[in-house]
Formats: sequence, structure tokens, C-alpha cells
Amino acid sequence: MSPSVRLQEMIRVIRGARTQGEERGVIQRECAAIRAQFRQADNGTRSHNLAKLLYVHMLGYPAHFGQMECVRLIASPRYNEKRVGYLGAMMLLDEKQDASLLITNSIKNDLSHSSQYVQSLALCTLGCMGSAEMCRDLAPEIDRLLRASNSYIKKKAALCAVHIVRKVPELGELFTPAARSLLSEKNHGVLHGAVVLITELCERNPDTLEQFRKVVPELVQIMKGLVMSGYSPEHNVAGISDPFLQVRILRLLRILGRNNDTASDAMNDLLAQVATNTDSSKTAGSAVLYETVLTVMDIKSESGLRVLAVNILGRFLLNNDRNIRYISMTSLQKIVQTDHNAVQRHRGTIVDCLKDQDASVKRRALELSLALVSAVNIRSLMKELLLFLSSCPPELRAHTTSGIFNAAERYAPSQRWHIDTILHVLTTAGGDVRDETVPNLIQLITTATELHCYTVHKLYRALITDISVQSLVQVACWCIGEYGDLLLRGECEETEPVQVAEDDVLDALEMVLQSHMSSPATRGFALTATMKLSTRITHNVDRIRSIVSIYGSCIDVELQQRAVEYNALFKKYDHMRAAVLERMPVIDKSSPGHTNGESAGGTMKEMEPTKLTQEVVLPQEPANKVCDLLDLLGGSAEPLQPSPALSTTPLGPVSSTAGGDLLDLLGGLDVTPVPPSVIVYEKNGVTLKLQTDRQTDTGMTVTLTATNSTDGDITSITLQAAVPKSVQLQMKAPSGDVIPAHGLGQVTQTVLLNNPNKVSLKMRVRVCYTSQGSVCQDTVQIDSFPSPAW
Amino acid sequence: MIKAILIFNNHGKPRLSKFYEHYNEDTEQQIIRETFHLVSKRDENVCNFLEGGMLIGGSENKLIYRHYATLYFVFCVDSSESELGILDLIQVFVETLDKCFENVCELDLIFHVDKVHNILAEMVMGGMVLETNMNEIITQVDAQNKMEKSEAGIAGAPARAVSAVKNMNLPEMPRNINIGDISIKVPNLPSFK
Repeated sequence: MSPSVRLQEMIRVIRGARTQGEERGVIQRECAAIRAQFRQADNGTRSHNLAKLLYVHMLGYPAHFGQMECVRLIASPRYNEKRVGYLGAMMLLDEKQDASLLITNSIKNDLSHSSQYVQSLALCTLGCMGSAEMCRDLAPEIDRLLRASNSYIKKKAALCAVHIVRKVPELGELFTPAARSLLSEKNHGVLHGAVVLITELCERNPDTLEQFRKVVPELVQIMKGLVMSGYSPEHNVAGISDPFLQVRILRLLRILGRNNDTASDAMNDLLAQVATNTDSSKTAGSAVLYETVLTVMDIKSESGLRVLAVNILGRFLLNNDRNIRYISMTSLQKIVQTDHNAVQRHRGTIVDCLKDQDASVKRRALELSLALVSAVNIRSLMKELLLFLSSCPPELRAHTTSGIFNAAERYAPSQRWHIDTILHVLTTAGGDVRDETVPNLIQLITTATELHCYTVHKLYRALITDISVQSLVQVACWCIGEYGDLLLRGECEETEPVQVAEDDVLDALEMVLQSHMSSPATRGFALTATMKLSTRITHNVDRIRSIVSIYGSCIDVELQQRAVEYNALFKKYDHMRAAVLERMPVIDKSSPGHTNGESAGGTMKEMEPTKLTQEVVLPQEPANKVCDLLDLLGGSAEPLQPSPALSTTPLGPVSSTAGGDLLDLLGGLDVTPVPPSVIVYEKNGVTLKLQTDRQTDTGMTVTLTATNSTDGDITSITLQAAVPKSVQLQMKAPSGDVIPAHGLGQVTQTVLLNNPNKVSLKMRVRVCYTSQGSVCQDTVQIDSFPSPAW
Repeated sequence: MIKAILIFNNHGKPRLSKFYEHYNEDTEQQIIRETFHLVSKRDENVCNFLEGGMLIGGSENKLIYRHYATLYFVFCVDSSESELGILDLIQVFVETLDKCFENVCELDLIFHVDKVHNILAEMVMGGMVLETNMNEIITQVDAQNKMEKSEAGIAGAPARAVSAVKNMNLPEMPRNINIGDISIKVPNLPSFK
């Protein structure tokens, strides 16, 4: 009885179920029946039951009770039971299950079975789900099969070997000689498997790579055979002879020819031949051409060949088939770093692809356009990008805005252009910008002193049209607060003058304060701006007082606190008001208070004490009490709000210390303490200190400081560092290489570490220096880092 | 490396799911749903490549799909595979199915899932492409099927008779409906599989 009939019956019944509940009921009954049958002794229906169970598994129902049955079926002598058993093993078992170890012995026996189909079943299963232990046990068997069997088994054994090498890289050496000999096979399937195996071996082990460089001529021969062979009905796909094999060989040639002149020379002719002779009207030909192009760009090829390759890519770009266009843009992305000018030539077509309907093509075009931005084409390209932003799909928006900001920052031709661009982005897609945009923009505006008038006019106009985009509103409020006098003066060279009355300005700010679209952070901005205007306008100070006093009883604790403080400023400290609310100084970009607060939980108070650590730029230093108040106000006047522009719901409750601790500046705040430094090396008068500073969740900055307490200068000091494999290391340039004597100076070097896998961090530092004429070299192992390390 | 091969219909019901990397059962179902979601949104004349969903590896993995009548064939691959090559591979796979099942349609895939798995096992092994020559694949699959049948032997005869009778009594189950083509073939009674 063939198993499918019973299976078909069950499938029919399941399909007949009208509702999900009915289907579940049917399947539960079937599973119960299957379980009962599994428990019974051997009967002829085991394979059918497992087949049914696998179908049920595909639909998503639990099927783990079939695992032992798989093991039993695999051990059975009958072929159809073995077949279903192995299929079940591939679908239900994996290395984490204990049952998988039980099939190792069965696989071993089956690998030496007389029938090649049983052998192939075993190979297939081992190749799909073999665990590291299974692979180690069975590797010699696979090696035997690689050498001495028919081509059907050889090709399966080759791919099984690839899986083994992936699981247990040390076994790579075992398979190297067999792989080498497989290259002389005629059967394309075996050749294909051999090329994949060699590729895997070369990628894992550079020594093997060296060894296999010698086979480049052989591979070139095989390729030539394929390309020139003419029509072979067996392997023909759309006129190309076995394109799959051609692509694989080209990829292997790429790996072998990378950074190696001799190998690359041997390939040059072949690549030129393939590039010119392949017919690219069908997908198969395009696949081969594409792979050729990638290979040409990656090895040390002649310049003529590179030009040919880039031209092929350009031709692909103009192809009507979207797939081809997508592929060509992917490959252009890979080479844009190295052959920037060549890709620039195709900028027009790439920019046109931004307007394509296909979302995948758009994404590729966007990434490529951002990579192509340079000082020369920034204006025209930015225009296109802004146009794209207004119509781009929502999932690409955040990426586009951050790309635009980066490009604008690097290549802005003028400050006015820069500000205009950012404002444009905020008006079109303000909801998708990063949080740090607001402080960055504010910092930019303060530096562009001659544009204050222009900027505030523009922002005012943007504000009165639309107050829904939080980031834009925040910036606008801040500017109006700062430069309100310029706004009211009404004259401005850069833009047409418009008469703005004080009432209008206050109306606008009040609208922001009262609108339910404004987030609490935005309201804070608006309130502070209103307060600042009290020194910049003449007539409506009373109105401002009334606004401020209303908010003294606001439910939002942050606003209430601010309002109360401002009220106090009106009443008791009126003489200080003008000084406190003076124009802000230019913000330095690298100040610690300038970072965005996304790491913080959501309390809004943390920005105030950071003003403490910021450079002491506040012009006045009055008496103590007012000093504290001043700092608090300075903090709240500094609009470095962390709340993301996207949040429309008000932020969670502010930390409870906010209300009470007017004068407790450090309440509820983690001011980073000065990082401790540890002496890691001290010898011959040279001292090496280590200081860590945790920047992000996985990144850390380590500062190494070397000092010298001997009588003579230490010259040509160099530091080298090594870290565990998964940690990324970047050493910045040292401050110098001479340490003056008697501790008069020091050399510092910063090392940036990125530890995405959070492994325990160790670092080995080698110090080389010349002291009193002799060269010294020492290695230091650092096993524990001072906090804030991991 | 090919991470997964999925076949589902226009409504998202899985017809075949083969994963070459281990995920637990819930994740597998979620991946199928997510992939269906991403692929069904696509227009007819856009390119056949998509970034992978978050569950199956995000932007490193690509989904390469082809839509035939009522079925989506989706291959999830990582960056080491040639995208155009996989597209051709899907074509070879479907042509092989066509040869093995004679004008394959969705019902064939539904009722003969195990056979489809066996054919696929001859083409892709452990996430890597094994054989792309259609004739070779079909020869091997036929030989294996013959082996299975020969094992059934005499004991299978009464069961075969029973199944023949059963199939005779089901005139309402159409054997070969080509969706989109209204020709309905009447089952050929002697040829039971």
C-alpha cells in the first residue's frame, strides 16, 4: 500500500473542514490516532502515519512526538520506510534534540549500504541537519565516498562535505585532497559540488586558498570549455551552457584572484572572452555576465577590463527588465567606493530609478544616490533627493532623512543652503527624522549668525502654517524665543519683509502651548520661548506674565515647575531677568550636553545638570541661591529635549524628584563620573594608564596614556592592541611619539572598541619605545577593565 | 546558502515549507506568514527580489520569488547566492515538477507533498544547489520511486485494488485542472499512481 493514499484521505478530510476550529478538531483526532499507532508494535502503516504527521507539521501543528518514530523508521530495512523516516528527521529533528544523536549509527550503516539511493538518503539528511558531533564521527566516511563511488553519490558527498566544513572548520584539511581530485570529473553535477566545496574551503582557511591558487589554469580551462562548447542539450538553459556551473566557477575565480597578481593575470583573457561572448538577452546570460563583472572588479584586472565591466553594468541599468536593473544597482553599490568616478557617469540613470514604481528598485537607487553624493553634485542631487522624499514609501523615509542630513552636513555649499535643506526635510517628513536633529539644527542656527533674521522669519512662517510636526515646532519656538526681536523688527535682507506684530507672535506661541497635538517637550519649548520674549518685546509683558502664571498650576509637572520658576523670576528677581534671558552663546558642537537623550528613560530633567558640565559660558556669576536658580533656568532654557519627535502621547510621569528638588541639581540624574584610570604597565620609568569611557551599549572608548619619569626623553613610542575575535577595534592616531622626561608630558592614544556580542573583553597591548638609546618592547595583557566596562 | 524554500498559494496557505536552518515551529509559521505578507503586496511587473523580513535575517537575506498562477515560489537566500541564478533555479524546479506530475497544478502539490519533497531533495541539499539538469533529476526520482514500488510487492496488491475502486467512486474530484484554462480532464482509470 503506497503511503500516499492514506495521506491523501487525511488531506481531503482536512481540506473539507469549513472553519479553523473544525480543522483543528480533525487534526487533533488524527494526531491522537497517530500517537496511538506509534505506541503499538510494528505494523505496516508506520510510514503512512509519519507522512501524515509531516503534513500536519507543515500546517503548523505540534509534531514533536514523531521524533522517536523517525529514528525507528530510519533503522528499518525497507526503503520506503527509510525514505519517510529521513524526511521526518530533516523536518522534525535538529541538533538540539537528543534524538538526533540516535540516528548517527543508522546513517553510518546506510552510508555503506549497497543501494546508492539509501546512501543518498543518508547523505542528504547528514548534509541538512548534521550536528558537529555527527559530522566529526562521519567525516571519514564522507571522504571515502568522495573518492570511490559513482558520480551520483560523489556530488551529494561533496555538498555534505561543505556542510561538515561549515559545522567543524578543522575538518577542512581532511577534504582538501579529495576536492582537488574532483576537479577532473566530467559530470557537471560533481564539478558543481567540487567547486562549491573548494569555495567553502578557501573562504575558511587562507592556507588552503594558497594551495588552490594553483588550480586556476584548470578552472580557466573548464570555463573555456563551457563558453565555447556550442549547444549541449543536457545543460542548456536559454542558450547558455550550464550557467549555474559558470557562475560558481566565476565566483571561485574571484576568491582566488583577489589580491594576487599571478592568478589575476591568468584569468584576464578568460574574463574578457566571457564578457564579450555571452548573450545577455535572457536571465541566464545576464547572470553569467553579472558574475563576470563582479569578478573583474574584485581581482587585480587590467584597466581596459574594468572599463568594460562598468560599461556592462551601465548597459544593465538601461535594461527594461527590472530584475536586471536591481542587480546592476546592487553591484554598483559594491564598487562605488573603489571606482567612484566610473559610477558617477551613470548618476543620471540612477536618479531616474528613484522614480521607479518598484519599491526594491527605489531602495537600491536611494542607497546608491546617497553613496554618490559629492561636493560637486550636491545641489542637483539634493534637489532630486528632496523630490524623492515627498513621494517615497514610508519604510524608506527614516533612511532617506538621515542620509540627506549626513550628506548635507558633509558637503553643504553654504550655511543658508544647509538650513534651507533641513527645514525642507522637516516640513516634508518631520515625523521620520532622528531625535538629534533638533539640537543639531539649533546648533547650526546659532553658528550662522548673519542668518538669524532670515531663519527666524522662515521658521515663523512655517510655524503659523502647521504645528503638527514636533521637531519643526520645537526649533521654531526656540528661534522665536531667541531672536524674537529680529522677527519683530520686520526688516530682513534675505527674504521679503513681513510685518509681524507682538500679538501675532504671542498668539502663535500660545497656540502651540494649548494645542493637543503638541507633546510635553514642545510645550516646554514654547513656554520658555514665551518667557524669553519678555525681554525682547516692549508692550505685551503683562500678557506673558499671565500666560506664565496660568501654567503655574498645570498638571504636567515639568511645565508647572518651569512656570513657577519663571513667575519667581518676574516677582522676586526681576532685576536679574534681563541678564538671565540674554541671547544664548554659540553652542559648541562637541559639548557633553549636546548629545541626544535617547539613552535616558524619558525623564526630562536630566538635561539640567548637564548644563553644569557644559563649559561655563554663562556670563553672570551672581550669588549662590540665584546661581542655582540660574543653572536650572539655564538648563531649561537650553532646549536639548530628548523626547522623540514621533511621540504623540505625552511622555510618562516625570521622575518624582522633579517637583521638589528645585535646588537639588543632581537628583534623579546620572552625571557620568570621571572614569577611573588604571595603571597597566610600569617599567623602566614608563607608565601606561588605561581609562575607559562607555559610550553606547556595545561601544567603548579606551584612552591609553603613557608617561615618563626617567631623566631622558622616551622616543618613538608606539602602541599596538589586540582584542578577541568578535570585538572590533579602531585605533586613533596617537598624540605624538615622544614623551618628555620627568613626567613633563604624556602621549595619549584613543582606541574605539565595539563589542556587539558582549564577550568578556580582554586586550593585549604591545608597547615599543626607545629609552636611553636602547629599544624596548613589552606586551601587557589586560583582563579586567575598570567600570564602566561590561 | 539557501535558507528556506516556501511554496504557498494566493491566500497564504503553505503548500511546501523546507527550512535549511533551524528555527522552532512557531517561528517557522511566523516566517511563512511574514513572507506571504511581503510577497503578496508586490505588483505584477516589479522585480522579483525583496529584502527579507525581520524574522528570517533582515537585510542580509533576500527573498527571490516567482508567481505562477495561484502559487508563490519563494527562495530565501543570503548574499552568497547569485540572485539571477536562483531565479533560473526556480524555473528549473517548476519545469521538473511539471514533467514529473504531467501538467502540474496546485492540487498535485497538495496531495503529493512527499513526492515534491523528494524531488526537491534531488535539487537542493543542505541549502546548496545540488543538481540543475532536469533530466538527471527526473531519472533519479523515477528510479527511487520504482524502488519503493518494488518493495511493496505482492502484499500491496489488495491495497492497490482498494485504492483503484476508491478512485473510481470519486468522479467529482477533478484530476487535472489548469487554473486559468478551463479544460477539465476526465481521470484515466487504469492509470492510478
